[in-house]
Amino acid sequence: MNVFAARAERRGALRELTSDSLVIARRSLAHIRQIPEKLLDVTVQPLMFVVLFAFVFGKVIAIPHGSYRSYLIGGILVQTLGFGIFGPATSMATDLREGILDRFRSLPMHRWAFLVGHLIAEFGAYVVAIVVMVASGLIVGWRISSDVPHAIAAFGLLALLAVTMLWLGTLLGVVARSPDVVTGIGFMTIFPLTFVATTFVPAAGLPDGLRQFAEYNPISCWAAGVRTLFGNPTATPLHAAWPLSHPVLGSVLWCLVLIALVAPTTLWAYRRRTTG
Amino acid sequence: MHVNGVTPDTPAIAAEALGKRYGEQWALRDFDLEVSAGTVLGLLGHNGAGKTTAIRILTTLALPSAGSARVAGFDVVAEAGEVRRRIGLTSQTATVDGLMSARANLEMIGRLYHLPKAVARRRAGELLERLSLTDTGERLVRDFSGGMRRRLDLAASLVASPPVLFLDEPTTGLDPESRNELWELLRELVGEGATLLLTTQYLEEADRLSDEIVLLDRGVVAARGTPAELKAGHGGERIEVALRSAEQIERACGALAPFAEAAVGSDPERLLVSAPVGLQTRLIEVVRALDEAGVEATDVHRREATLDDVFLSITGAAEGREVAS
Repeated sequence: MNVFAARAERRGALRELTSDSLVIARRSLAHIRQIPEKLLDVTVQPLMFVVLFAFVFGKVIAIPHGSYRSYLIGGILVQTLGFGIFGPATSMATDLREGILDRFRSLPMHRWAFLVGHLIAEFGAYVVAIVVMVASGLIVGWRISSDVPHAIAAFGLLALLAVTMLWLGTLLGVVARSPDVVTGIGFMTIFPLTFVATTFVPAAGLPDGLRQFAEYNPISCWAAGVRTLFGNPTATPLHAAWPLSHPVLGSVLWCLVLIALVAPTTLWAYRRRTTG
Repeated sequence: MHVNGVTPDTPAIAAEALGKRYGEQWALRDFDLEVSAGTVLGLLGHNGAGKTTAIRILTTLALPSAGSARVAGFDVVAEAGEVRRRIGLTSQTATVDGLMSARANLEMIGRLYHLPKAVARRRAGELLERLSLTDTGERLVRDFSGGMRRRLDLAASLVASPPVLFLDEPTTGLDPESRNELWELLRELVGEGATLLLTTQYLEEADRLSDEIVLLDRGVVAARGTPAELKAGHGGERIEVALRSAEQIERACGALAPFAEAAVGSDPERLLVSAPVGLQTRLIEVVRALDEAGVEATDVHRREATLDDVFLSITGAAEGREVAS
């Protein structure tokens, strides 16, 4: 085979991967049309947190140099994306357990199309979540107080965080034996991680031990990064841990390191589970 | 240049010394197979005999630990993509999407076979009609009955009109009427030139559909041949004794043994004992022997061997060997 033929074949393979992945992604869309409840965890659930903290707990939490609502939304955006690992994890675990993957694998579709289609569809769900959160934030009085480049960077960071969570969730779905296992493991890890953090309250008020955990918790770093780029108060105390005092750089590094570790592991685990 | 990779001389399915090992356990071993284009091969065996393993390797879902196989002229490992373009698979588990309509399922599969959108849509319509699913084409598959789902599964494997079809226990869980309909359809497909490999636990199914049968027992081929050859080779005629109670099975086997030309088979559930016999054996002598042994028989008669007998005598003999060793 000459160089040109090889190149043409590669291009053909890429086109095949794209079109096959879109067919798979459209399948998820069909699922959402049938069971709209699937979108509850990226719409109603974060809205409930906004209402709960903005109107119920918010009055008793004081934020230095700003209002609680301008502080809150950055945290809930990160928390929503964190809880977002349930979506890709559950759908992947369900598909792997049922026979449908055998059908796909017996078809002449691209080897990675199922995984890529899954990633595309779930990324779509994250975009919905971000839009819902930003809209509800604007309604309760949160504002983007930085300039346009910083705001764009903030959305870029959210997208990068979404991709990180997408890979984490997909890995969880691939290694879990069933969707129930996903829920179990997910709650045991995501709950403490998103609550013992600066998601809802500044770290300064936490008791020793929990405070250090919160300062080094990547969730806190991401929340501070998003708040910084949107021009919202971060309430970071002086002499805070390095990731908290360099939130934007810290956030990007956390994301890149996690993706570099998790994405190849996911590909490896997925291949292992789907070739017998 | 041959479009399908199949010339008249190429077997549609060929396997040589195929094997699959899980840890220390061989699920399939030394499996040889040759299926000519346009014929039906029935793969028979108990659960765990290696039928599904064989299908999974031949359909590129599992990699063989030993040996090689070619389907439609292409190697199942090195040319898996070419194989997938030419096969249809109906597996044991439902492999259609419950949250989509039957029509959407078929269109999606057509797209993944890389059919143009309009062709995929037309093909979905044709198949719904052919499998009498047109009325339910828009309904969600999760609301389908077992029989409808099996039909849709079969339709899904027919989307690209593949020359080679693999069906893993296609009629399991179907009522007799749906089973007959499915058999009719499979015969039609073979009439149109398709090659079929089907696994089944129902001997009647293998008998009625297959041109050739391969009997698997614990991962190894225990017997092969046409249904008629198998029946002839394992006692063309049998004497069957129906008993009043299970306690009498052993005694009845003992009384039949002197007349039997091969192992005496017993079916404790149906309280039946049967022995392959030669033409010279006289029924009256058998009855006398049973009576002398104190066996209370409710019926004693001569009949043609069925595949059940072949199956029982082969797998039963294998069990005996294992006990002896």
